[in-house]
Amino acid sequence: MSIQTQGNTLSFAAIDGDAGLKAALAMKRADIIDTVADSGMKGRGGAGFPTGMKWNFAGAQKGDRKYIICNADEGEPGTFKDRVILTEFADLVFAGMTIAGRAIGAKEGIVYLRGEYSYLRSPLNAVIKKRRAAGLLGKDVGGVKGFDFDIIVALGAGAYICGEETALIESLEGFRGEPRNRPPFPVVAGYRYAPTVVNNVETLASAACIFAKGIDWFKSFGTDRSTGFKLFSISGDCEKPGVYEFPFGITVADLLKEVGGSDAKAVQIGGASGVCVPQAQFARQMAFEDIPTGGSVMVFGPQRDMLAVAHNFLEFFVDESCGQCTPCRVGNTKMLEAAEQLREGACPAAYIAELRELSGTMQVASKCGLGQTSSVAFMSILEHFGDEIMSRTPQAETARSGA
Amino acid sequence: MLVTQQEQLRADVTALVDKLGPGRSSLIPILQDVKRNHHGIDTDAMQIVADLLDIHPVEVYSVATFYAFLSPTAQGELVVRLCRTVSCELAGKDAIARALESELGIAFGETSEDGRVTLEWANCMGMCDQGPALLVNDRVYTRVTPETVREIAAECRAAHSGHAAERREGYLV
Repeated sequence: MSIQTQGNTLSFAAIDGDAGLKAALAMKRADIIDTVADSGMKGRGGAGFPTGMKWNFAGAQKGDRKYIICNADEGEPGTFKDRVILTEFADLVFAGMTIAGRAIGAKEGIVYLRGEYSYLRSPLNAVIKKRRAAGLLGKDVGGVKGFDFDIIVALGAGAYICGEETALIESLEGFRGEPRNRPPFPVVAGYRYAPTVVNNVETLASAACIFAKGIDWFKSFGTDRSTGFKLFSISGDCEKPGVYEFPFGITVADLLKEVGGSDAKAVQIGGASGVCVPQAQFARQMAFEDIPTGGSVMVFGPQRDMLAVAHNFLEFFVDESCGQCTPCRVGNTKMLEAAEQLREGACPAAYIAELRELSGTMQVASKCGLGQTSSVAFMSILEHFGDEIMSRTPQAETARSGA
Repeated sequence: MLVTQQEQLRADVTALVDKLGPGRSSLIPILQDVKRNHHGIDTDAMQIVADLLDIHPVEVYSVATFYAFLSPTAQGELVVRLCRTVSCELAGKDAIARALESELGIAFGETSEDGRVTLEWANCMGMCDQGPALLVNDRVYTRVTPETVREIAAECRAAHSGHAAERREGYLV
């Protein structure tokens, strides 16, 4: 088995998360939340919800049965940074979960690990065991009287949709991973209908870093509206794929230079549910104010057939839609059919206009992020590579598939 | 299913319910174990799980059919899952797919006649920088080439008893 990943040096490597935990445990609960809020950190999973606000909502709820869930259901195509964090920096993640538990008043933490990463389960449990022995989990954590917090690892079973926080909670409770209606949001009624914070692996690890190194250090990276650094999962047509750390605000062009992919004709940012950015827009920034992202960057070289890329994404979404709501279930199927027609060179331009409308419907009417975003990549590929795609003829396709 | 097999299954599930508790949250871990050790989740198994968790069997069916890794269909002791998502496609997964089909002698979605190996597609498994990637049960193979497919196929044939032992050990730590 070889799962080493190349990239640049990550800040995580030089940070003692337990120093962060110690610093946080010396603070009042409200001050912990304020620190995270003041750092300006937004969720690293891609949606970019302010972490401090999430913790604040859950902290404000009454009762002592609350949960911290670490979302390790990293299923977005092209994303693998959480795998690296969990392999190399699990202590940081657990320190972050413990800090979050202290902040909102939770006693239990759950890591929801995707089924595809089942080989990480034993190593993670070993780290948890070590932390219990060191008094960093269990009763009176870190010597703080009355602060009990423990973590378990739950294993998913192969469903992309379970990365959506309410679907993840349904799955943990033993149900089909079908997203819930919101409100109520998980911070009010989540796992077992108790207040629950669901944070991405990287968010929790970064939180531990903020307490170890301070707000000013964290804010020295990134832009005003997207503070801090971000881990990027780089794959596709480049010389040095791997996990990289860059400050928010880096341009697509600068990123491509770092990874050896400057001749790219397009990059897909944010995974299959993200956007396709053509070469003409490589001056754009990776930041919540420009291109929001969970850090997935797939590089497409000059020779790539972008329609084949869109087709692959749509097959993925048809397979992974939970099927609960019609816009997503039927919409994705119609999108896939259209991509197949386009590949055969048999899709009239008027139909493309109808697809755009359908995409709009899916974006506003789907119940969760899957259906709201699944047609975006296809639409941006049609927009930027329309000439390349519409000029296909049935013969061209036959020649291509025969080659 | 033989009565003895059914009794064995009931004993296995009972032990799991004792360990994990009779709550609904135990359903997926129980099904994962049944799938792992019995290579499928047939209607008898669903009925037994439903009885012991005190839920309707259709609830069990509904959950088992939802998750890719819990699919009730009988599968081989080794399940080979090749990633079919974009980065692995760019890295040449089509050649690997053809090599797997010819080396294992089965098509995607099929199980070998001796019941040892099942070949399936997987959606992105987070090895995008090292594609093409595949899983054999819990084991990851990256940067797979047609040559390594031959080695993997040989390993599947030779070491399958070893794999089975490893899988049992790895469960519920």
